[in-house]
Amino acid sequence: MSERFTAVVIGAGHAGLAASHFLGDRSVDHVVLERGEVANSWRRERWDSLRLLTPNVLSRLPGLRYEGPDPDGYMTSGEVAGFISRFASLSGAPVRTGVTVTSVRRAGDGYLVTTSHGEIDCRAVVVASGACNRPAVPPWAEAVPASVSQLTPFDYRAPDQLPDGGVLVVGASATGVQLAAEIRRSGRPVTLSVGEHVRLPRTYRGRDVLWWMDASGVWDQRYDEVEDLDRARRLPSPQLVGSPSRMTLDLNALTAMGVSLVGRWATVRDGSALFSGGLRNVFSLADLKMNRLLGTFDEWAGAAEMDPPERFEPTRVPASTRLQCDLGSGEFRAIVWATGFRPDYSWLDVPVVDAKGHLEHEGGVTASPGMYALGLPLLRRRRSTFICGIEDDARAVIGHLADQLGRAPASTSVSTQP
Amino acid sequence: MTTVTNGVNVQALLDARDVLKGAPEAAQFTWRASSKWQHGVHSSVTIQNYFGLGEEQNHKGESVFEADHPETFAAPDEGITPIEYLLVGLASCLTAGVASVAQNRGIQLRSVESVVEGHHDIRGILGADGDVRNGFNDIKVTFTIDADASKEDIEALVAQSQKRSAVFDALTNPTDVTVEVA
Repeated sequence: MSERFTAVVIGAGHAGLAASHFLGDRSVDHVVLERGEVANSWRRERWDSLRLLTPNVLSRLPGLRYEGPDPDGYMTSGEVAGFISRFASLSGAPVRTGVTVTSVRRAGDGYLVTTSHGEIDCRAVVVASGACNRPAVPPWAEAVPASVSQLTPFDYRAPDQLPDGGVLVVGASATGVQLAAEIRRSGRPVTLSVGEHVRLPRTYRGRDVLWWMDASGVWDQRYDEVEDLDRARRLPSPQLVGSPSRMTLDLNALTAMGVSLVGRWATVRDGSALFSGGLRNVFSLADLKMNRLLGTFDEWAGAAEMDPPERFEPTRVPASTRLQCDLGSGEFRAIVWATGFRPDYSWLDVPVVDAKGHLEHEGGVTASPGMYALGLPLLRRRRSTFICGIEDDARAVIGHLADQLGRAPASTSVSTQP
Repeated sequence: MTTVTNGVNVQALLDARDVLKGAPEAAQFTWRASSKWQHGVHSSVTIQNYFGLGEEQNHKGESVFEADHPETFAAPDEGITPIEYLLVGLASCLTAGVASVAQNRGIQLRSVESVVEGHHDIRGILGADGDVRNGFNDIKVTFTIDADASKEDIEALVAQSQKRSAVFDALTNPTDVTVEVA
């Protein structure tokens, strides 16, 4: 015998809890299912030193603001988990922890959700299971000799877990640059393989660069105003670190620390890693894009009283870049794959997932009636990628959900107020 | 959108992108060149047909390319050196990219010139030093562009052109090459 709820929310991270907050506002009876604990990924799937990329002043959830003494600081993973847990308590979210969803499929005019603890019938489902469920590792990882340890960001906690010797970090998003820096600080020689990336200074004209994104309206851009939405949603995270010193962690900073840069890792052939010779152009692309963004900020700021505009040194090109390296030579004792993450929808038996494994949706509304998504990059606006984007997204998506329920033919399971 | 006249049918390319997104099999092309040894290190390479959009296709006409080696290589110089054809490919591919991106971005071009230099240590191909590679050590391309755009916008054109260039990719990234005897 299955239970019944009007709505089921899958995932109790910031997105699922925000969904619950607005479902409560609209008096839609619901349950939030969580495979682990509230804010599980922040507790179990992050390395020790990680801090949020957004400054505290931008750590906003519906009805909850950072009110501590350090608005310019960055929360540690543990502090983020605490912040999200406080939100869960404040909003009284009906969370069931330790419940894994194994299948969701259409049933009648709603859905049947199968979990590790039984079945639930519902009219609506909000998928808030996150965008980073699995580390993505390229297929040639299998061709790396066994003498080289391989770690994903899910395995990695701190440099002392790595063997002594050289480390090849693959990928120059926030994850890659942060891990390259801390592994280098542990005294190990580090090489960073760099493909297309997003360069940003940590602070600009005296303010956090993400403050600029928020205040200048860049983050307000809607998903249907973005020229190449697929690409924008797949963009690597910006090269930023949330550190107490508010340091910029671009490739020049890494070069100054002694990290060697090589091009995108193209493949393994005859036991050697082959790197792209296109490094200069990925530097140019990132420098040009950064300068264009800073120009947008300057235009928006106009004659406001702030520090003067700044321009940063172009990314320094190494005197010679290596195109290959023998993986059996012992130069690298470990490889850290910072090559991105993928969502996991293996449990979702509704045809709303595209050939590349991404959920298809229009601003969080899927083509399957009653099925919604929250907490994905650029879901409705550029701000959606960040924690402070969830309030507007969840209000809009849950608004749509509740309106649809209200419009549907009379049904005993509907408890929304018009 | 401003009307610029660089002569690139960008709309057709954007339409093709939309269509091929949902039809990856039609996007599979095979380019072909047929080579015939003439004499010495001289060969003639003919290009006429290719496969694409699901069927055999023909160029408007047949093109024949003579490849030989110069007198410094003790050859009669009946055509350019094979490795120079890589420079032909790179220059023309990047230039096509600049024109297309400019058209798409509404930038009127007046002139686009480039010089491509491939630095080559020939001790590799001569077998004079086993540590020297056979191919280019590096390649340098210098563009001179006159257009209705800022220096930064022109740099962005050239960067985007490299990002979407088939030949730039083929030269900077490894390609699996099979050579067989029929």
